[in-house]
Amino acid sequence: MSTQLTEESESETETERTETPGDRRRAEKKARQGRSSEVQEPTEADEETVHLKVFRYDPEVEGKMDPRFDDFYVPFEKGMTVLDALMYARDRFDTTLTFRHSCRQAICGSDALFINGTQRLGCKTQISDLDGPIRVEPLPHAEVVKDLVVDMEHFYDQMHSVEPYFQTNDEPSDELEEQRQTRENREKIKMSTRCIWCGACMSSCNIAAGDNQYLGPAALNKAFRFAMDKREGEDMKEHRFEILDQEHGVWRCQTQFSCTNVCPKDIPLTEHIQELKREAVKNNLKFW
Amino acid sequence: MYEHDVIVVGAGGAGLRAAIAAHEEGADVALVTKLHPVRSHTGAAEGGINAALREGDDWELHAYDTMKGSDYLGDAPAIETLCQDSPKETIQLEHWGMAFSREDDGRVSQRPFGGLSFARTTYAGAETGHHLLHTMYEQVVKRGIQVYDEWYVSQLAVTNEDDPEERDCHGVIGYDIQTGNVEGFVARDGVILTTGGLGQVFDHTTNAVANTGDGAAMAYRAGVPLEDMEFIQFHPTTLPSTGVLISEGVRGEGGILYNSEGERFMFEHGYANNEGELASRDVVARAELTEVNNGRGINDEYVHLDMRHLGEERIMDRLENILHLAEDFEGVNALEEPMPVKPGQHYAMGGIETDENGETCISGLYAAGECACVSVHGSNRLGGNALPELIVFGARAGRHAAGKDLGEAEISTGKTDDAEMGEVDTPVEPGAVASDDDSAVADGGATFADPTQTVEATLEAERNRVESLLEKDDGIQQAELRSKLQKSMTANVNVFRNEDGLKQALRDIREVREEYQDVYVNDPSRTFNTDLIHTIEMQNLIDLAEAITLGALARDEFRGAHWRQENQERRDDVWLKHTLLSWEDGTPQLWYKPTILEGENKTYEPKERSY
Ligand SMILES: Cc1cc2nc3c(=O)[nH]c(=O)nc-3n(C[C@H](O)[C@H](O)[C@H](O)COP(=O)(O)OP(=O)(O)OC[C@H]3O[C@@H](n4cnc5c(N)ncnc54)[C@H](O)[C@@H]3O)c2cc1C
Ligand code: SF4
Ligand code: FES
Repeated sequence: MSTQLTEESESETETERTETPGDRRRAEKKARQGRSSEVQEPTEADEETVHLKVFRYDPEVEGKMDPRFDDFYVPFEKGMTVLDALMYARDRFDTTLTFRHSCRQAICGSDALFINGTQRLGCKTQISDLDGPIRVEPLPHAEVVKDLVVDMEHFYDQMHSVEPYFQTNDEPSDELEEQRQTRENREKIKMSTRCIWCGACMSSCNIAAGDNQYLGPAALNKAFRFAMDKREGEDMKEHRFEILDQEHGVWRCQTQFSCTNVCPKDIPLTEHIQELKREAVKNNLKFW
Repeated sequence: MYEHDVIVVGAGGAGLRAAIAAHEEGADVALVTKLHPVRSHTGAAEGGINAALREGDDWELHAYDTMKGSDYLGDAPAIETLCQDSPKETIQLEHWGMAFSREDDGRVSQRPFGGLSFARTTYAGAETGHHLLHTMYEQVVKRGIQVYDEWYVSQLAVTNEDDPEERDCHGVIGYDIQTGNVEGFVARDGVILTTGGLGQVFDHTTNAVANTGDGAAMAYRAGVPLEDMEFIQFHPTTLPSTGVLISEGVRGEGGILYNSEGERFMFEHGYANNEGELASRDVVARAELTEVNNGRGINDEYVHLDMRHLGEERIMDRLENILHLAEDFEGVNALEEPMPVKPGQHYAMGGIETDENGETCISGLYAAGECACVSVHGSNRLGGNALPELIVFGARAGRHAAGKDLGEAEISTGKTDDAEMGEVDTPVEPGAVASDDDSAVADGGATFADPTQTVEATLEAERNRVESLLEKDDGIQQAELRSKLQKSMTANVNVFRNEDGLKQALRDIREVREEYQDVYVNDPSRTFNTDLIHTIEMQNLIDLAEAITLGALARDEFRGAHWRQENQERRDDVWLKHTLLSWEDGTPQLWYKPTILEGENKTYEPKERSY
């Protein structure tokens, strides 16, 4: 009788009633998971360790439904990045620790995180540049899916909304002939083409946080990349400015520079937005 | 259940190009990819795309260089197609707006690269792959092609006829990473695998963490042969602590390699008296390790790559990205000091056996990009030849899958009855562990008149597999196995190879395979379960590691990137042939097919390769 009661009370904490044996076993595993909150003791006393405080949350696991921070102590190695430390913690201490990452070289844009209160790429941030304990959190102003993973859909939607693709009416008819572009013009757009869609800028922007429809720095930068590319004709430029010169477009930017400060690719985002504003004014004057 | 005409698995350079091509043929296309497309590893490519665009150059020269670079193990029809189609495919990217570097006259810039007789590597700074990936993703957005991003494809839905050549691929099974939902995708016309490299088999690699060779392993288990797996390219210039790549562009622009004694060893120790630092990759990688082994390495580990003399202006113009990489990942200011470099795993020359149209021996199943082996790289890939491969063969696979007639392929696929069989003496039994019965046959496991039913049956099996991995409560975790496998591969199947080492690797792989029977997923959650994904990937790493090692053990000669201590000679009399491995009821079978040296207008005569 009493064992049954315990089981009952455990399964009650689940949102749905357990049905199959498989469901039951999984539920038990989930509950166990939640209880063993992961505090890793510091390893050997004289070994230099990195103390990470990592944000944890999982809507499906009982013990992680309430967000919390877990402490991990990872042995320090010269050249270690925050991503290295997270991977170490995951592989050695807790394989349920979840974050996006892939290239380890600041090009895939998947591991933008909120590290000691700033948006940065985990793979590009040296531990030795940070004060410990190191707080690692998901990007602010985005919905947390699990642990350090946030929902990027809104970011992608904003990027897509500026028609982020090259459009021209005078493509050479010869399939082997390129469209000429001056070195200067390539130089002009060079920085804007470096965006890796990491979302750090958007996450750092107060205005974007308050106005969900604001295109935001990354999308505006993407628009800059095409608007300034002379291979796209004047007619297309006009069309581009119709997209930018709207209520939630370039004018929302209040030149706070937070995006420029966090961009891991050093893209002068605020400057680009300012330039788009100037161009938008010129365009309007031309029409009136 | 989802249904499309063509399903492309993977959305790197090859996948995006395939999807666009199939879409242009009028097909309803979907891209299913475990990473969002712009996160694919193609974005990391630095140096450039080879294309014969200029006066004084032509596709035949490019083909000749490629055949020589391959050490005469590439197939001429594939190489010639690559070199013929690359110019128009490269200019196609330009027409789509790709931000190539420019010459004074406004045309795209080209630079010299190792093993090329003409400066035909077309580039966009030292971040060519980033631009290529983003440009093609933009075109996918423009066309409204459906993308299922963060969907992990874990199984192919293939019928189970005895003969792989009679099998059909009707779709794939995907796992929605965000929700944990396992779903079927029916492909009316074809499935194209473009899942990229397998660098995670090794522990020092330029490859991304996501490069676990999933497509190649799935195709292998479904009955498609893996070709030339022993040929792994080790890039000579990777940063010692991370494996991050320092582009060949640095040597192309005039960067110099020095040993600990300050000698320009490529010349001073006679590794490549003509080309020096610009000899092909295998030559430079061996030279560096020989220096280190002879006590002329720095910290017994690496050599120096120096570009200071190029001057800040030129560096900023053409190699700026390299400065950032050296600074961020090695803490070195490359304007003021030389960069430490050593060889690291970089590229898989082998892969899923395909013909020039991207088709495999299973009907409806295609492959393109790094996961495929149409055999353009042979035993050694020239720098700048992978990106054209993505766009040329990606496009061809896309078109063919969507029904376009590309003509009969000259390269044959699949094992015929009269194939030359091979034998290799292994210290342990390779292949599936006995109890692993249902994964031993073709993935579909059943033959139905209706394709949807095949997908449904596979879906059912895959749901059960995921379920049981999640349910298991204890055992061993994949991270431990992964690191064990990677360490053994780097120790035993690296640049220098010998029989003892290769056999040791096979023993270690076997051990890991057996331990994998006991693997469990610690994370019970259905939401974004990376623990589960890494566990599934691990199985793929095991199969591929074994295929690489079996091939390396069989090939007792020295060719291209494959060096054997006991056989330091290229043996054209026996080895002008491809190694193939077929998974037959869970056991790898080794067989061979001859290299095709007859091209359109000439036959490529094997010559001694000197640089
Ligand atoms: C650092 C580096 C530099 C390089 N530089 C050059 C260069 O200068 N020039 C050159 O020619 N070549 C270069 N190469 C080689 C070349 O970049 C690669 O071979 C090529 O980009 C591979 O492209 P791909 O489309 O085949 O695969 P990837 O770009 O790796 O894409 C693989 C895709 O498959 C998806 N995927 C994988 N598994 C699954 C699964 N199970 N389910 C669903 N989706 C899956 C991934 O999400 C991804 O979208 C370089 C390679 C590296 C690593
Ligand atoms: S602009 Fe910079 S910060 Fe913003 S998404 Fe692009 S790379 Fe990231
Ligand atoms: S892991 Fe790719 S950007 Fe950090």
